Amino acid sequence: MARTLINAPSTARRGEIIEIRATIGHPMETGFRTGEDGKVLPRNIIQTFSCRYNGELVFSAELFSAVSANPYIAFHTLATESGTLVLSWEGDNGFSQAESIQLAVTA
Amino acid sequence: MTRILVCLLLSLSLGNACAQNTAGKDRRRSGFEDMGAATQAMQKDDALNPGMLWVQDGEALWKQPAGASGKACLSCHAAAQSSMRGVAARYPAFDAGLGRPITLGQRINQCRQQHQQAAPLRPESQELLGLEAYVALQSRGLPLAPPDDARLEPFRQRGQQLFMQRIGQLNLSCAQCHDGLPGKRLAGNVIPEAHPTGYPVYRLEWQAMGSLQRRLRGCMSGVRAEPFAYGAQELVELELYLKIRAKGMAMEAPGVRP
Amino acid sequence: MTLPLHPPALPRRRHILVGATGLAMGVVLRPAYAAAGDLAVAVAAYTQGAPVRAGKVKLDIAELVDNGNVVPITVTVDSPMTAADHVKSIAVFNEKNPQRDVARFTLGPRAGKASVATRIRLATSQQLVAVAQMSDGSYWSHTANVIVTLAACIEGDP
Repeated sequence: MARTLINAPSTARRGEIIEIRATIGHPMETGFRTGEDGKVLPRNIIQTFSCRYNGELVFSAELFSAVSANPYIAFHTLATESGTLVLSWEGDNGFSQAESIQLAVTA
Repeated sequence: MTRILVCLLLSLSLGNACAQNTAGKDRRRSGFEDMGAATQAMQKDDALNPGMLWVQDGEALWKQPAGASGKACLSCHAAAQSSMRGVAARYPAFDAGLGRPITLGQRINQCRQQHQQAAPLRPESQELLGLEAYVALQSRGLPLAPPDDARLEPFRQRGQQLFMQRIGQLNLSCAQCHDGLPGKRLAGNVIPEAHPTGYPVYRLEWQAMGSLQRRLRGCMSGVRAEPFAYGAQELVELELYLKIRAKGMAMEAPGVRP
Repeated sequence: MTLPLHPPALPRRRHILVGATGLAMGVVLRPAYAAAGDLAVAVAAYTQGAPVRAGKVKLDIAELVDNGNVVPITVTVDSPMTAADHVKSIAVFNEKNPQRDVARFTLGPRAGKASVATRIRLATSQQLVAVAQMSDGSYWSHTANVIVTLAACIEGDP
């Protein structure tokens, strides 16, 4: 399980725009570097990130080798109702991880 | 005679970076001040600081039983927020048993071996950096306070000698750049005064967390010198000298640096 | 043990260092020019040939980065983000990395605000383009010129 650092409010008013900032520990090996033996180090990156709010996809990102290691993504979403936001990362070598955060939305 | 000359030279060159005179304000600059706004923002906000990934690791490891003892750091030290407050600021400290100063990382491993009957953690390993980062965080904002211990003096002197000594194919000493030319640039990077206030540090060049020892070894490679091995006495002495030179400056761990 | 992370493969360091040490390191904003070559092709592929207008998009990035391995960027698009008028996606392209794509973000009215941030790798000084695809099918962009210098010293293994 990769380490994650997720920063998001736990409560919001309905209609408020909240910011979610998420970092995940991952080397994001570009696939362009060569090792000591002169052979190219195979690519190993996180390719997709998504945020599902009570099951509905509200944001997604496609990442390429140009994204730094321990990728950081900040985005916004409208607080519509209380529930769970699931942040998922998928990548090379079958990498797959999901983290859930709770959001309480008041009137 | 040479000794007097060396001492004079030392105090003269020390004057540059260690402008902490009693009359005026402290003119020493942390590497933080030499960074761009975006990098500074990364350090200032825990939500943005990648070093916090390692702090999280340390926090988890603190509570995890280790070795044959089945004890965790928590078992003896309770909450790190109280027991570890100010501790990182006081390292390197003199270890009576070994008769020499040791770094925080070495102390952590010593604890593991002696009190937890656990294997020491590898230098620069995620676990050791995690624990170092977690402990160092408990000193954030506190002034660097290397112990006022007379037993450290010969080691501090050796550290100072190492700092002043030219090394490598490029034949440069730490002092030439960091005492003599701070604020100027070396191929696009601003030369800092080299105060270890942010360690362990998330270095953008590494895209990872690393210790002061890693940074010192990197500098040595940079001047084409054979770097001292991890845990080498010389690296501890250098660290001791640097911390005394930076005495009183606020700790910033986990820092972010270019 | 994590792999040593060196900067991405680049033209010979020595030549760049020789060139760089002589330069005044003041920031020089080169005048914006139309994206050339590969970069234009990559943008055209994203827009499927549709015209791209400068405006509405703001690509926030330091003019002189501290380190090309980790460059914070923020892309903000001026849009009400309503069901009728919103940003569908934002794509960021570069000029001189081994690969033109940097990242693509899919938004929509639920985003509330069209503002995304991440940290990227830049191999050398170059142009960066952020293109936004709007719900009405139009494309808008902002181009930034960034100065990237190599780290002063080459390190061995950690």
